[in-house]
Amino acid sequence: MKNKVRIAAGQGFWGDLPDAPVRQVEDGPIDYLMLDYLAEVTMSIMQKQKARDPNAGYARDFVPLMRRILPACMDRNIRVTANAGGVNVKGCANAVLEVGRELGFGGKLRVGIVTGDDILPRLDELLERGIELRNMDTDEPLSTVRDRIQSANAYLGAAPIVEALDQNVQVVITGRATDTGLTLAPLMHEFGWSPTDWDKLAAGTIAGHIIECGAQCSGGNCQYDWQTIPNLANVGFPIVEANPTGDFVITKHEHTGGRINVPSIKEQLVYEMGDPNEYITPDCIADFTTVHLENTGENRVRVFGIKGRPATDSLKVSISYSAGFKAVGTLVYAWPDAYAKAQAADRILRERLDRLGLKFDHVLTEFVGANATHGSLAGDPKDDLAEVQLRIGVRGSDKTAVERFTKEIAPLILTGPPAVTGFAGGRPKVEEIVAYWPALIPKREITPVVEVLEA
Amino acid sequence: MKVQLTKLAHARSGDKGDTANVGLIALREQYYPILVREVTKERVKQHFRGISHGEVERFELPNLGALNFLLHHSLGGGGTLSLMTDAQGKTFSTALLRMYIEIPDDEAQTLGLL
Repeated sequence: MKNKVRIAAGQGFWGDLPDAPVRQVEDGPIDYLMLDYLAEVTMSIMQKQKARDPNAGYARDFVPLMRRILPACMDRNIRVTANAGGVNVKGCANAVLEVGRELGFGGKLRVGIVTGDDILPRLDELLERGIELRNMDTDEPLSTVRDRIQSANAYLGAAPIVEALDQNVQVVITGRATDTGLTLAPLMHEFGWSPTDWDKLAAGTIAGHIIECGAQCSGGNCQYDWQTIPNLANVGFPIVEANPTGDFVITKHEHTGGRINVPSIKEQLVYEMGDPNEYITPDCIADFTTVHLENTGENRVRVFGIKGRPATDSLKVSISYSAGFKAVGTLVYAWPDAYAKAQAADRILRERLDRLGLKFDHVLTEFVGANATHGSLAGDPKDDLAEVQLRIGVRGSDKTAVERFTKEIAPLILTGPPAVTGFAGGRPKVEEIVAYWPALIPKREITPVVEVLEA
Repeated sequence: MKVQLTKLAHARSGDKGDTANVGLIALREQYYPILVREVTKERVKQHFRGISHGEVERFELPNLGALNFLLHHSLGGGGTLSLMTDAQGKTFSTALLRMYIEIPDDEAQTLGLL
């Protein structure tokens, strides 16, 4: 058994710095590369892509990335855990295996895939048996949106990823697995942690939480002393250095930018936090009120003392459903009276939308530069603002109405208040809304499936 | 004396559906009891009136010198449904730091705030 395992985070979300995982592999020693591609809304984006092209539906960037790093990973035995499979895990794995063969790893590259998260084909059967999949936020029954559902996936935990790693694979690709599980699984595999050693599982889970947003714990989006954080242009992504006891250090490669200290880790610990006493994952309940932090060197923070409790009998389910259409249009008004002009343009536009008889579920006007982020807390907008961006959005089930709205923005330039610009992007795009429906399902209903494929 | 929270804390915020979370972290250990005493869920609800439309919950993390607030019904429906610039609640952190709290002068002096 190793006495230290290094897990590097390479992506905070799908679309994060493309070279970050390459830097993690090339700039210093690591044992694992963890890549989190799936935010809550990502599955719905992938679902849209798969509807257009049955070969799509996974994080496509993952494949060219593997082409760049696979030789180093094979050479130095760096193993990759990634939830890049989205709603098409096998398609993703096949693309990676194809790259492996092209690079000369035929017969050598083994890829583990984890499926079983997709419950879309089983929804009616589950509902018939009384598994209601009520919305965790609103308590509405799923029948409200049943005919509009586009995807339904249970969040799988670390266990199936451990099962794949136990079979000597270089890469594990999952669909809807928790981001924390991608970090916890290598630790369970390497240290032989029992699936009921709740304190250790909670420690691995919190390690995963700290690094799952990439550089957001190593200097990115960090309020504490932000002006003095060095060299964000070459920001180092975080690395967990864990030992078998469950203590770990968060650090980053030498000669990279950013900063890891107690405040930067605290900021990430509280990010997207609910009840800190119970952070519930498929693997355990982690208690954030037991986390202790200590600076132990430059860009090194030790994390210790973490307590956990037994996992619940449920898994979270992420369901996406079609929820109408939206569009957002913007125009920029310049000094003098920039705010008053933007307000006038908003009134004129709304009157025109009324006269056209267009109906929307929601119309939202914001004045960027005046109060779009902090609302009334920003105080009265000053008279001498250099410019204000009028930003108006509509949402509704009638696509024709949303389309008509998009044709009403540019005309304001010649038919509304003066000193207006910022329309170079053309007409706003109409977007189909795929919304998120969180629910719970009994664990016994979900059987993760682990397969090993070879190049 | 009146003190703005920017002098006492840093913060990070995010989203879960239509709920914004704000983690408020004391800049120094000795500021944490003041945050616990003054930044109550009632005061936070009042601070965000017109912006946050639901209940406010507060959780204490003495180990981190931090408070976590959940502000329900704050993000225009949340996720992809929201039309807001800040649909993910990322700027609720500094919006909370705009808050002023009252600290007795002698206590402020002891803490080096005067």
